[in-house]
Formats: sequence, C-alpha cells, structure tokens
Amino acid sequence: MNWLAPDINWLGLAPEILIVLVGLLVMLLDPFLSASRKQILAHLSWVGVLLTMLACLYLWDSNIDNWEGMSLADNLSLTLKLIFLSGTLLTIFISSFRSKSEIHGEYYALLLLATFGMMLMGSSTDLVVIFLGIEVMSVALYVLAGFNRPDPRSGEASMKYFLMGAFSTGFLLYGIALIYGATGQTNLVEVADYFYSSPTDLVLLAGIGLLLVGLGFKVASVPFHMWVPDVYEGAPTPITAFMAAGPKAAAFAALLRVFILSFDPLGNLWTVILWILAALTMTVGNLLAISQMNIKRMLAYSSIAHAGYILIAIVAGRDLGLTSAIFYLLAYTLMNMGAFAVIMALSERGEKHLNIPDYRGLGLKYPILGVLMTIFMVSLSGIPPTAGFMGKFYIFSAAVKNGFIGLAVLGVLNSLISVYFYLRVVVLMFMHEPESRLEGEHLAWPVQVALIVTGLGTLWLGLFPDWFLRLTQTTFMAMK
Amino acid sequence: MTDSILSLVVFLPLVGAVLIAFIQRSQTEFIRRVAFLTVLVTFLLSLYLYFKFDPQSQAYQFVVQKDWIGSLGISYYLGLDGISLFLFLLTTFLGPLTILSTWTAITEKVKGFMISMLLLETALLGVFAALDLFLFYVFWEAMLIPMYFVIGIWGGPGRIYATIKFVLFTLTGSLLMLVAIIALYFINQAYTGTYTFSIPELSRLVLPLKTQFWLFWAFALAFAIKVPLFPLHTWLPDAHVEAPTAGSVILAGVLLKMGTYGFLRFCLPLFPNAFLEAVPLISILAIIGITYGAMVSMMQKDIKSLVAYSSVAHLGFVMLGMFALNQQGIEGSILQMINHGISTGALFLIVGMLYERRHTRLIADFGGLSSSLPVLATFFMIVALSSIGLPGTNGFVGEFLIILGAFKSNVTYAVLAASGVIIAAVYMLWMYQRVMFGQVTNPANQGLKDLNKREKLILIPLVIAIFWIGFYPKPFLSKMETSVTSLLESTEAKLAAQKEGKTYLSNSEFEMIGVSNNK
Repeated sequence: MNWLAPDINWLGLAPEILIVLVGLLVMLLDPFLSASRKQILAHLSWVGVLLTMLACLYLWDSNIDNWEGMSLADNLSLTLKLIFLSGTLLTIFISSFRSKSEIHGEYYALLLLATFGMMLMGSSTDLVVIFLGIEVMSVALYVLAGFNRPDPRSGEASMKYFLMGAFSTGFLLYGIALIYGATGQTNLVEVADYFYSSPTDLVLLAGIGLLLVGLGFKVASVPFHMWVPDVYEGAPTPITAFMAAGPKAAAFAALLRVFILSFDPLGNLWTVILWILAALTMTVGNLLAISQMNIKRMLAYSSIAHAGYILIAIVAGRDLGLTSAIFYLLAYTLMNMGAFAVIMALSERGEKHLNIPDYRGLGLKYPILGVLMTIFMVSLSGIPPTAGFMGKFYIFSAAVKNGFIGLAVLGVLNSLISVYFYLRVVVLMFMHEPESRLEGEHLAWPVQVALIVTGLGTLWLGLFPDWFLRLTQTTFMAMK
Repeated sequence: MTDSILSLVVFLPLVGAVLIAFIQRSQTEFIRRVAFLTVLVTFLLSLYLYFKFDPQSQAYQFVVQKDWIGSLGISYYLGLDGISLFLFLLTTFLGPLTILSTWTAITEKVKGFMISMLLLETALLGVFAALDLFLFYVFWEAMLIPMYFVIGIWGGPGRIYATIKFVLFTLTGSLLMLVAIIALYFINQAYTGTYTFSIPELSRLVLPLKTQFWLFWAFALAFAIKVPLFPLHTWLPDAHVEAPTAGSVILAGVLLKMGTYGFLRFCLPLFPNAFLEAVPLISILAIIGITYGAMVSMMQKDIKSLVAYSSVAHLGFVMLGMFALNQQGIEGSILQMINHGISTGALFLIVGMLYERRHTRLIADFGGLSSSLPVLATFFMIVALSSIGLPGTNGFVGEFLIILGAFKSNVTYAVLAASGVIIAAVYMLWMYQRVMFGQVTNPANQGLKDLNKREKLILIPLVIAIFWIGFYPKPFLSKMETSVTSLLESTEAKLAAQKEGKTYLSNSEFEMIGVSNNK
C-alpha cells in the first residue's frame, strides 16, 4: 500500500500552527509553575499572539492555498486573522488585570485555542472546515463563559451559551448535511456552481437556510439573539469583550464567505431574507439597549445592533459590501474592546460597578478614563471623527450604491436611537457629581496599553482610514 | 503663506485645546489665558484673510486641496468665498469675546470648558471653510460633541434634558443628510465617472427633478432644524436658556448660521429646481416663524428665553431673504446672519452680566436698574435697538435689504414680514422698560456694580460692529456681491440646462458663468 504524502505548503499554515503550539505550551507549563509565577503564562500568551500576527504579515500577498480552499492564506483571510488576533491580544491585556493568585493557565490556553478556531473559520471555503472552526471556538468559549466560578451568573451564562450553542450547531450541521446531499460537495465554490445551475433545488435552499440560522446564532442576529444578553452579562468581563469581538467577527467571516464570496449575486430570495434580518437586528438591538441598567447588558444589545449594521453590508453584496464589512469588523473590535477596557479598569478585577449609574461622575474624577470612554461611546454611536463613523459611512455607502436606500435610511435612524443610550453614559460620567464609591486602582500596564491602543486606534481609523481602504480595495476587488 | 493660512486659522483652536490638555487642572488662570490668547491670535490671523480677500474674484480663495481619503475621492479641501467669508470671520470674532465673558462666570471645571470651546471653534470654522462635502459633514457632526458638553456640564438646572434634545434634534436631520450626501456621490459618479465629494464639482450636476426633490428635502431638513425653521424650533429655547452664556452666544451667533449657510451653499446650487418649488412653503414657514417668534417672545418671563425666541424670528428674516432669490434678498440674508450673530450674541452676553450680578433672569425680579447700572443700560439700549433694526444700526441694513428683496419677488410676503418688525420693537422695548426703568422696587437691585473693564472690553467691539455695519455696510456688501451674483447666475444657468435636458454643466459652460474653482 502506497501512502501518498499530501502536498502541503506548511508555510501557509504557520499562523494556525503557531497559535496552537503556544496554546498547548501554556497548558503544559501551567502545572509546573508556582502560583506566584503564573504571570509568565499571560506574557507567553500575548507574545505568542504577537508572533502569530507577524506570521500573518509575513504571508501577505503569498496567496497560499492548501487542499483546494480548505485552508487559505490569501490577503482576505490574513486580514480577518489579524482582526481576530488583535481582539485576542487586547483581551489578554485587559485580562491580566486579574490578581496574580487568580491566574489559571487554562484561561489563556482556551483563549488561544478559541482564536485558532476563529482562524480556521476565517480562512476556509470548505463548510466542513468552517464547522470544525466553529466547534473549536465554541467549546473553548463555553468553558470561558463559566470561568468566574464563584459567581452563579457565570455558570448560568456558560450553561445557557452551551445549550443554545449546541442547538445552533445542530442547525448548522444539518444545513451542511443537506447542502452536501443536494450537491455532493462541501466546498463553497462548487456548491455555488450548483446553486446557479439549479437555483430552485429545495434541498439546497433548505440547507442554505439552516446554515443561515446556525450562523445567525453565532453573530447574534435577531431572532437568534436571545442568548446574548444573559451570556454577556454573566461571563467574566474580558471574555464578554472577547466574545463581542473575535468570535462574532469570525462568524461574520463565515457569513461573508457564504453570502458574498460564493453566492454572488444572491438572488431575490436571499436578499429579502437578509434585508429583513438586518433591519430586525439593528432595530431590536437598539430599542432594547435603551432601557438597560447594566453596562455589560447594554453593550450586549449594542453588539446585536452592530451585527445588524454589518448585515447591511452583506445585503449590499460584493461591491463595497465586503470591504465595508471588514472595515466595520476592525472598527468595532477597536471601539468595543476599548469600552470593555474602561469597564475592566473600573470594575475591581472584573465584576463590580457594572450598573450604568455607577459611572456617575467618572469623567470628573478620572478625566482620562472619562475622555476615553467618551471616544468609544461616540464611536459606537457613529459620530465623526471616529472609526465607528467611518465604518457606518462606508456601510451605508455600500447600501446606497447597490440601491438599498431604504435600508440605509433605517440604518441612520437606528444610529439616532443608539445615540441616546451611548450618550447617556457620557451624561452620567460628566454631568453628575461623582459618588465616592467609585475607587479606581492603579491600572496595570497591560490595561493602560489596551486603553491607549484602542483609543488612538479609534481616532486614527476615523481620521485616516485611507491606508486600510486602499489595502482592502486592491486585494479584495481582485478576488474571484 | 496664503496656501496654508486657512488651515492654520481653522486648526489653531484645536492646537490650543491640545496644549490646555497638558496644563494642570488647578491652574485655572493660566488655562483661561492660553485659551484667550489662542482665540485672539485666531481672530487676528483671520483678519489677514479679510484684507487679502479679493472682492472681484468669483472663485474660492485661499484654497487648500490635498488628498485625504483618496480611495473614496475624499479630499481635504478648504476655501472661502464672499458667502462663507463673513460667517468665518464672525466665528473668529465672537471667539475671544466669549472666552473673555467666562472669566468669572465659569469657575468650575475650567479646563474642560476651555477645551470644549476651542474644539467647538475649530469645528465651526471647518464647517464654513470646507469645500468637500464629506469634510463638511465631519466638521458639522464633530461640532455636536463639544456643544453637548458645554450645555450639559456648565448649563442651568434643566441642562441634561436640553442637551440631549439638542443632540437628538440635530442628529435626526444630519443623519438623513448623510444618506443624501452618499446618494449624491454615487449619482455624480454615474453621470461623470468620477468619485468626488468636491462641492464645486458636485455643483455642476444638473439632476432630474424627482432626484432633486428627495435630495433637497433630505438636506433641507437637516438645515431647517439647525436654523431653526418653524415648526422645528422647539429644541432652541431649551438649549439657549440652559446653556451657559458663552454657549448661548456661540449657539445663537454661529451655530444657527450653519443651517442658513447650508441652504445657501448646498440646497440652492445643487438642487435649484427643488429650491424654487420650495419657495412658497419655506417663505410661509419663515413668516410664521417671524410673527410666532415675536409673539412668543413678548410673553416670556425670562429675559434669556425672550432672546432665544427672538432668534426664531430673526432667522425667519434670514430665510425669507434667501428665498426671495435675488441679489438684495440674499445679500441682506447673509448680512442679517452676521447682524444676528452680533446683536443676539451681545444680548446674551448682557443677560449673562445681569445674571452674574443678580443670579436671576426673570424680568419681574428686575426694574429700575438703569440708576445703578448706567453704563450697562446704555450698552443694553444700543444692542436692543440694533436687534429691533433701528436705522443707524446693523439690524436696519439687513432687514431693509431682506424686505426689499422680498418685495421684489412677492409683495404679500414682504408686507407680512414687515409687520414682524413692529412686534419685535414691542417685545424688546417693553422688556427693556421693565428691566431698566421705573422705580427700584426690589432692594436687591440697589447698589449693583456697574460694568468692569473686562466687561466693557467685551461689549465695545460688538457696539463698534453694530454702528459700523449700520452706517457703512459697503465693505461687507462689496465683498459678498460678486459671489452672490455668480451664485444666482449659475443657478440660472442650471435651470436653463435642466430645461435642455443636460445632466451636468461642462467645463466651458461652467467657466463662462465664472464659478471656476481654480484660483
């Protein structure tokens, strides 16, 4: 029996391999380190993520394709991976605020492995690999959501997330099975070919529909968003920040692969369905965010609303839609991470002062934190000169260009609603006198770094986005 | 020098704000001085623009154009013409006066206040100087945040309600305008093949009537809220009354003009047919604003809200003159924007000075103040008369031109508007009488200190401006004349082109009517 060695370009897999190795190393080292020295694991993790990012940069323009699209290292995947990795990096920075005695190696290992799953999702055109990525990511997240063991809400979050996640996985897998049944393929390129030759095949349509439901759960689009508020509220704060950034972006990466890169043009049916999803997601997210008293819950609903904006880009299609969606993912990662970094800075290792009224007078007592939070809130509500504005401008442009003016108008009206609850935080921070309860501690340097990077990044991307737009336009317009 | 001076003036306040950010919070006196110095230098530099401005040229002057977000056709593009020049100067002129007025009025959180005021000034100057629609929008929106803080932190008891209302009202309009801006951008691309936000370029488009209609109203709503045109004015009394004096001055003096300026800069040249169609509706709303604003002013118990409602009336005049669509009307309209900035700004400053002395603004609490405050009373009289539009003051010239223009285009409008002038005299003089004259019935009104040097220094430049424009408006009118003429001519040309079914004016046609954007 002849075993034929597959022709693998290992270089193209370098980022994935690197991050898994670092993750495993962290896990292995954990038992051998005394409690006082576990800080090393955190440092090892962020250095590992940074190296992985460098590997991605090194592969730029290499366009490596392993196993016919199963694992790509084209510029699109690399951009997505860099966005995920920056989310992870910032998460590690804001996590290391936890005191030394509380560091657990598996926390970092799980973060890195979840990132690995996300990277698989972002770089494959094969449904099976995408599924594999989702599972690797999700299982790690189920554990991370429950990591705050003394707090029962954390356990509840983990359980809820697990149940809903498993449920959605069922949909996803069933959808993939139906697609495979109809086409005999799991590679999206070939599935798309079949889609265009017989667009009314009911089995295929059902498969795509279930796929949309499964991914809809992961991006938290309405009506599959029910799990989000409880999970975001209960999970440890850095993990909430992480979930809103990376995993959501990764699920969007999968959606982009399916609905923009493969099925283009989408056809009326899917356009209408996505149109409705986008409209519902934005509106429900924003309306429910208004009445929230817990800042994590408010940001949970806000993250639902932002998913709605990105869905607009998907409706708009490849022309500007793809680039604007990716720009928005980056902008959202920065501003949302920034907001959570401020929450972490104030919450005494995570879970205190989470009610919005706790922010009373923050800006007067700690002006720098207050100004940073203002930048993030202004950016989230989409007011210039911030990354959030540029992102929304870009997405609405995509919608208008492709004739979805109604959706763009709905989008701006939603921005208007969102201004109310984002600026409410600013009102409390600056327009009420401080209460003595809020005691900021001396911030550890990683949190400071995270705050500076996200704050400046949000402004920089809002003022000088040209480099990123050029980069994405030139590389993605040329894609097949 | 001329290449970069405009950018320098626009961004100097921002530089000042950054500098202040590095000064310790406790050094309030130093912070005040840095802020004052910054806006003073900004004003002096802007005077250079005034003297260098060539009144004969139809082109934009002091133009700077650089690639900004080149991949989307967005450029950093600034320039001034006869329409924007005076609004720009008004902003720099009011800057030092407002900062000076806060010397003793703002004692808490001085650092934040000065940073906000300086950021506000940069955004406002940017709005008037921007020649790129995207850049304009960025400045237009960026203005919101500092203003939001100024009202919300340093305002009166109802400040939070007022500031949120202000932001939400303004944003409603401007977000719809954003969609229209994007649509215009793609329509231009479809017609000409280039992606650009350049206002002179976009002005060459001759759009189909239906497109004009939708885009016009999307822009007009944003501007009408800002003006504010009746019935969209409800945010204004709240914001004006609750804002600190300096905030009210900038709000009334400059911010409202962003709306009227927008009509003139965008709605007219971009959508002339839709603009013409809207003349009856907007003129009538303007007249309602004039009479309604005046009548509501009459019944106010609080001087500050009286002044606030009088703004609704004055801005009604500005709109009426603009929508008369002739040389006198538009020139009067621009001049009246300046006048309102000066007179109403001065009124708010005087109300602020009264408030600092008595900690009340209710008319009923005053009475007979002229005996203890003769100097203040004199200034107040001059400013009140200028607000009414007495001959010899700036208000007269502006209102006269506007009514003249309106008379030329529609006699009924002119007659109705002229009656508003009479009511204006009633509310202003009646208020003045109740505050300044009569017996001192309230002992708290006795022995008040008259104006100090700083306060005189604030009011004297304003009074000089009042009389200067009142007696010798030529330097102002002559610098706007060419731009207004060419605006009207290009509008004519576009209306003609629309009839011929053209989609945009070619280069040669464009240059023929002299609206070339080349220096």
